[in-house]
Amino acid sequence: MSLELFLQHFFNALTLGSLYGLIAIGYTMVYGILRLINFAHGDILMLGAYFVFYGTTLFCLPWPVAVVVSILGSAALGVLMDKIAYRPLRDAPRISALISAIAVSFFLESLAVVVFTGLPRPVHQPEWLVSIITIGGARLMPLTLLVPGVTAILVAALLYVVYHTKPGLAMQAISKDIETTRMLGVSVDKIIALTFAIGSALAAASGIMWALRYPQINPYMGVFPGFKAFIAAVFGGIGSIQGAVIGGLLLGFIEIMAVAFFPELSGYRDAFAFILLVVVLLVKPTGLFGEKQKEKI
Amino acid sequence: MKLSRVFASVAMAAMACGLAFPAQAAEPVKIGVYLPLTGQNAFGGQLELDGIKLAQQATPKVLGRDVELVVVDNKSDKVEAANAVKRLVERDKVSAYIGTYGSSLAMAGGEVGEKAGVPGVGTSCTSPLVTQGKKYYFRACFIDPYQGAAAASYAYKTLGMKKAAILMDVANDYSVGLCSFFKRSYKKLGGEIVADMKYNSGDQDFTAQLTEIINQKPDIVFMPAYFAEGAIIMKQARELGGTFVMMGADAMDNPDTVKIGGKAVEGFLHTTFPYDVNMPNMSPAAKAFTDDWKAAYPDKDPNVNSALGYVCYNLIIDAITRAGSDDPEAITKALAETKNFATPLGTLSINATHDAELPVGIIQYKDGKRSYIGEAIAE
Repeated sequence: MSLELFLQHFFNALTLGSLYGLIAIGYTMVYGILRLINFAHGDILMLGAYFVFYGTTLFCLPWPVAVVVSILGSAALGVLMDKIAYRPLRDAPRISALISAIAVSFFLESLAVVVFTGLPRPVHQPEWLVSIITIGGARLMPLTLLVPGVTAILVAALLYVVYHTKPGLAMQAISKDIETTRMLGVSVDKIIALTFAIGSALAAASGIMWALRYPQINPYMGVFPGFKAFIAAVFGGIGSIQGAVIGGLLLGFIEIMAVAFFPELSGYRDAFAFILLVVVLLVKPTGLFGEKQKEKI
Repeated sequence: MKLSRVFASVAMAAMACGLAFPAQAAEPVKIGVYLPLTGQNAFGGQLELDGIKLAQQATPKVLGRDVELVVVDNKSDKVEAANAVKRLVERDKVSAYIGTYGSSLAMAGGEVGEKAGVPGVGTSCTSPLVTQGKKYYFRACFIDPYQGAAAASYAYKTLGMKKAAILMDVANDYSVGLCSFFKRSYKKLGGEIVADMKYNSGDQDFTAQLTEIINQKPDIVFMPAYFAEGAIIMKQARELGGTFVMMGADAMDNPDTVKIGGKAVEGFLHTTFPYDVNMPNMSPAAKAFTDDWKAAYPDKDPNVNSALGYVCYNLIIDAITRAGSDDPEAITKALAETKNFATPLGTLSINATHDAELPVGIIQYKDGKRSYIGEAIAE
């Protein structure tokens, strides 16, 4: 394989992997704090992309404004989702909240089909993001470098919030013991609402990025990326923010490089990724960066 | 509006035979029609019915007897489709029947016709399964994969492209069928397949496969995807610097292809049915159909579904004429022997699997506009 060709594959993988990582940090954050796999994450991603689409086409907002509106709207939706579907189940067995999450996911998809119709919609791409540049013979768009950049900034911001702010401290406390945290006078519901707001804002941001890279949106666009990102989060060790990013990048690289080195097996691209996932979990059941759950005495 | 049109058409058919009856001593020849006139496929069914009625206006008699059309709505539903054919063969005792739009509907209806031993001619049901193993079911359209063979011949012979790459959706029968027909014909003609890449339905990232394809330097890439995926594939291919020609099939025939793909769709080719109101060098049969249509329905352009309905009616009339009888067995035999029959879709022959062999139309996108540029013949 020539260097030029490898470089092209490398950039393809970097874009895909950092997109997976970006989606995965939203999954992993909600899981890390609430031990809830929020299956609706992929659907918030889809709604985030649609909000930008309607913001720019229907309300003629400039693109950056539409992005901000979409992220804020999705955050609000996340809070609402928590209030309606998860808060009433806070003390119920964990499986109930999981089923509720699946229901929210189906509800949002069906709602999107009814409201937006099932037709795929084209997405406007700002010219400066998609004009082609050449690096060492490989062709890429500024978007290719922007996605890992955005992912890095969001991860840094998220780590700061979780480890260096008061609400972050409360989040950590909730993740350890929700009852004790409540007794210590922390407004648990508010902190959890904030968690969902941040998680959904991250989903919207990744949805917007995803739609820029693959400029066609439909009500089911969140299902596959959400699924892959979930795998990435488990791969990296669910609950670990750095792990989610590394897991996403690895998944992206495996998918692309499998095709690059074994072109005749391109139909089994997903199989490669999943086999490796199984192997990692067999060797290290908590994922690459997962903490071992301590048994409570 | 749809419903009122259905009523109007039924009323017209009823009036036509009501008026014809007293004047004619001989019994009319009955031809059944089952189409989706309501439900999700109503749009296609209605267009095909318009074509059938146009053909009946042009040829109202066969063997000196009037032709009576018995139209039944299959409501875009499989069970209704089976019931519709049951009604046509048992109650109305039709000699043959036409229909339907939609392969799954045709499979349900064809089963009933097969048991009754009454011949049917499908309009636009393109799945290979529709006529598979059936003695009494035919169709006026070609099967989906047939387009793959025609695409190969167009790429190799007309465009002179010697190296092709394939990008196939392994999870989709349509794509798999077209690709295997393309590969077989292209190799037989002497072409070389330099890359044979695969993806799964629902994938959005094709960069790895496309980078590999670009590396193999093909002249043309055959990618029979659905339009939303296809547009994304073209976009990614151009972004990665691919300069080859790209070719798809009729699933790409959608105005949104250009909306999603934008400039990347420029020059894109795809196969389709061989009729378009703006086609150059119309055959006399196509011209006659277009003129008849414009006289009968001045407010709308004829489309390929209407042409298919029109062809179905004419195929049955031709078979009855050659058989010299309206006996279902005799018609079946004559239908199977149909060779080089002139239709608006080109010269049609029925092959051993009861599918139509027709030229395949080629569409190209130039300056963001879809234009019909010619035909290809599968070999």
